[in-house]
Amino acid sequence: MPHTPGAADPNQPTIVLVGHGMVGQRFLEALAERGVTARARVVVLCEEPRPAYDRVQLTSYFSGKTPDDLSLVPEGFMTEHGIELYTGDPAVSVDREARTVTARSGAIFPYDSLVLATGSYPFVPPVPGKEATGCFVYRTIEDLLAIEEYAKGARTGAVVGGGLLGLEAAGALKGLGLETHIVEFAPRLMPVQVDEGGGAALLRTIEGMGLSVHTGVGTQEVVAGDGGAVSGMKLSDGSELATDLVVFSAGVRPRDQLGRDCGLEIGERGGIVVDERCRTSDPAVFAIGECALAADGRVYGLVAPGYEMALTAADTITGQEASFTGADTSTKLKLLGVDVASFGDAHGTAEGCLDVVYSDSRSGIYKKLVVAADGALLGGVLVGDADSYGMLRPLTGSVPPVSPEQLVLPAGAGAPAALGPESLPDDAVICSCHNVSKGAICEHTTLPEVKKCTKAGTGCGSCVKVIQQLLPKTGDGGLCGCFPKTRQELYEIVQVLRITSYAELLDRYGREEAKGGEGCEVCKPTVASILASLSNGYILDGEQSALQDTNDHFLANIQKNGSYSIVPRIPGGEITPEKLIVIGEVAKDFGLYTKITGAQRIDMFGARVEQLPAIWARLVEAGFESGHAYGKALRTVKSCVGQTWCRYGVQDSVRMAIDLELRYRGLRAPHKLKSAVSGCQRECAEAQGKDFGIIATANGWNLYVGGNGGATPRHADLLAKDLSDAELIRLIDRFLMYYIRTAERLERTAPWIERVGFDHVREVVVEDSLGIGEELDALMARHVADFRDEWAETLNDPERLRRFVSFVNAPETPDPTVQFVPERDQMKPNLTILTLEGVSAR
Amino acid sequence: MKLELSARPDADEWLPVCDVDALTPGRGMAALLPDGRQAALFRDRAGRLYAIDNRDPFTGAQVLARGLIGTVGGRPFVASPLLKQRFDLETGRCLDDDEVTVAVFPVRAA
Ligand code: SRM
Ligand SMILES: Cc1cc2nc3c(=O)[nH]c(=O)nc-3n(C[C@H](O)[C@H](O)[C@H](O)COP(=O)(O)OP(=O)(O)OC[C@H]3O[C@@H](n4cnc5c(N)ncnc54)[C@H](O)[C@@H]3O)c2cc1C
Ligand code: SF4
Ligand code: FES
Repeated sequence: MPHTPGAADPNQPTIVLVGHGMVGQRFLEALAERGVTARARVVVLCEEPRPAYDRVQLTSYFSGKTPDDLSLVPEGFMTEHGIELYTGDPAVSVDREARTVTARSGAIFPYDSLVLATGSYPFVPPVPGKEATGCFVYRTIEDLLAIEEYAKGARTGAVVGGGLLGLEAAGALKGLGLETHIVEFAPRLMPVQVDEGGGAALLRTIEGMGLSVHTGVGTQEVVAGDGGAVSGMKLSDGSELATDLVVFSAGVRPRDQLGRDCGLEIGERGGIVVDERCRTSDPAVFAIGECALAADGRVYGLVAPGYEMALTAADTITGQEASFTGADTSTKLKLLGVDVASFGDAHGTAEGCLDVVYSDSRSGIYKKLVVAADGALLGGVLVGDADSYGMLRPLTGSVPPVSPEQLVLPAGAGAPAALGPESLPDDAVICSCHNVSKGAICEHTTLPEVKKCTKAGTGCGSCVKVIQQLLPKTGDGGLCGCFPKTRQELYEIVQVLRITSYAELLDRYGREEAKGGEGCEVCKPTVASILASLSNGYILDGEQSALQDTNDHFLANIQKNGSYSIVPRIPGGEITPEKLIVIGEVAKDFGLYTKITGAQRIDMFGARVEQLPAIWARLVEAGFESGHAYGKALRTVKSCVGQTWCRYGVQDSVRMAIDLELRYRGLRAPHKLKSAVSGCQRECAEAQGKDFGIIATANGWNLYVGGNGGATPRHADLLAKDLSDAELIRLIDRFLMYYIRTAERLERTAPWIERVGFDHVREVVVEDSLGIGEELDALMARHVADFRDEWAETLNDPERLRRFVSFVNAPETPDPTVQFVPERDQMKPNLTILTLEGVSAR
Repeated sequence: MKLELSARPDADEWLPVCDVDALTPGRGMAALLPDGRQAALFRDRAGRLYAIDNRDPFTGAQVLARGLIGTVGGRPFVASPLLKQRFDLETGRCLDDDEVTVAVFPVRAA
């Protein structure tokens, strides 16, 4: 990269940062926060081809994050603070006498302060063959891109190293579809973090996922086949493992070469020696992050201590008092979907300490707390269920308010309701990534504010749950600024008092200041949904029409340019060729973009509002009805092909899916409802990821409830087994109606079950513990009897059709800003015209 | 009764747009102005009329007329149907971002 260094004001001090990784970027932010960037020249030499990104979340690249998503640099940050960043141009030497740094491009930068933040490099054991094609490490985005590319031609992969990063790499290989092996020299996985019991729980779970684990063996040689590509590995027990790809993840070493070459003091086992203020043996040179050997004699391989060093160095440079004397190395990770956490004195090394252990090998849960003789919590290891990590870590060092036994027992097994974060002292550190205390968090009222002002929650994210618990609930727990009641309370009021209008509900039960007003965008659709599920009125009638979100108002889903998408119902995913042709013809005639959705239906995009009735007239005529893709209502019941065709099927899953979809279509709920029916336990319809999912057995049906995809996936729980058709339907009726009655606004069945407890739901639904079973049955019977297709009704009513115009004063004129441009033989929204006027989109 | 709107507040010109009853209380409709701009018209429960620019400045789409209206702290607002930012119907100020405003048009029933 060409650049002319040295052009800056000679009187301005210059700070040169070498290495733009996680800690480097935090250091730059600290300089900006302290106003240093305004009065000093700041130069950054960055070896990688891209600016700093979130290495901790590296693996999320494989679950869809793009390199841009991972970036840690806020847009415009460098320009705003006048920082010179040179990507792809590493520092190659330092002349401490002349106080200059030379970059690979040949540019020479003078400095007043030099900060080394060069991180670590992955250690590759010196085994023969380690250079063969197909050997990789796991540290940078470039490493991941290379692994992804090579894996396309591979069948098997092996990871050398069963530590934290090794397991992460193994998860990535598995995700790429490779048969995956983990080779670990130590007798257990994650030897540094977990103890023997934790390692055993981890091993069982990971083997259960289909990975092969080889512990207690070393790698002796990588064997290359013809052409120099990896074909296998020789292990220390004499066995040979066939593999097409090897990832070395055997630990990291500090990148201290630059420091060594210019004569800085280096630790015996590597790392640039720094004092408590992060200064190296040359006071003009600092080292921070993983390349530094901290004053307590340790090299920290975690990001949180690195961030603390970044702040310490920035303070020292600006003449403030600061010191870094060591840090907590607690970690919580989700490895291959398994929660693993360790904190404090996890191995119980303190004198006289005791262990409290809970272990359930059936479900792969292992929890150990280390407790001092006086009862103070010293540390612990959690495997399989680390929910309590956010609470336990800040308690470390103090005597917990309940006994340690109660802290490890699962909820429901005699443990009291989990102790809440209210019981923590103000100085308890809640976010260990950014070292933020409970007191600092409690100065704010919303999560975005906490993240912006304290940075808590913006690192590994493991503390977010606790932060949310610490923030004030929306005042009194009311639905919104208009109602002091929860959705469930409003539901009861509407039901018992037979209220049929929003205005009446607001004027009688709203907050004083909201009575007689317009309500708001939160409570209007919520009340509309309650009214719809209790009175089954056509949802576009009368006052109700004013309450619905735009999607319900136009019975279609709004898209980014103001056009709409259309999803006709295709029950169970079964469709005749004739109907397929109709969809094709409609899409062609109206020029719509078509796509198969993720839920076995077809979406047609790009309709203008005034086209909706004409499109639906064609669809209704062909026998289609609304698919409710726009509603907080039943979406689809997916199905697999089932017994009729599939050689494994044991029941007719398609018929059941169609029956269920027709039974529950149009049912309005606190959030959308999804379902699926699989014809055998191979589960091709993914029923266990649905709000209610059904899997066929030789004797009937198994019913699962509370599954969820989305950002927080949840596997459904088995509610009842081997049900007949009638039993199945009765349980689903009750389950859905009880959910609709008691859930909060926008609470899917998964979080609802988590909140009210699965056992409670089972008792109410299966055992009728509240004695409301028949009432729930009756509500559902009414829904089924009263169902009417919203689109067919709309088309028959000129009054309702009046709203489907782009302009009230020019009903025939299409909105000129809804335009499309071609893409891959179809079309997509023309966004350029939307950005033409006014404030541009952001 | 006609809803009339002034697209050029300086010129004291009133443009008849539609019958007031064409607006469902609590809901909006868009209108096309002679200069090609679009207005989002609203009528609230009490019968008050409002008009603001129809363009959602966050996405560029002409959709504000399709948002839900409400009251917060006694002030009327509309929430964009796309990303839900709220705009004060009387001042055009975005309640969720100090730096953003949309144009407001004077309206009357005549
Ligand atoms: C069209 C479709 C994507 C596709 O092209 O395949 C889609 C599109 C949208 N999804 Fe989805 N989802 C689609 C299948 C899914 C699936 C897969 C499935 O249903 O099997 C999931 C995961 C399963 C699940 O819901 O548990 C899914 C999880 C979500 C979520 C996360 C829900 C959650 O509980 O976390 C949202 C957000 C929300 O609803 O709040 C969402 C929201 C949306 C919205 C409504 C976002 C929005 O407000 O604009 C999109 C509307 C598109 C439109 O206008 O039609 N979509 N979405 C799929 C329509 C399926 C259908 O035929 O009805
Ligand atoms: C897959 C993975 C998962 C992880 N998960 C966690 C986790 O869950 N929790 C946790 O706390 N930590 C985790 N870590 C560790 C964490 O990423 C590091 O602690 C952190 O990135 C250290 O920051 P750093 O700036 O010191 O080093 P780095 O982020 O590595 O940055 C150093 C940068 O300096 C550059 N550089 C080196 N030499 C030069 C030179 N001569 N000139 C210019 N540039 C140079 C390098 O190219 C690199 O970009 C994980 C790491 C990986 C790889
Ligand atoms: S909401 Fe669904 S369809 Fe829309 S972008 Fe996200 S994943 Fe895709
Ligand atoms: S503990 Fe990692 S972000 Fe808070």
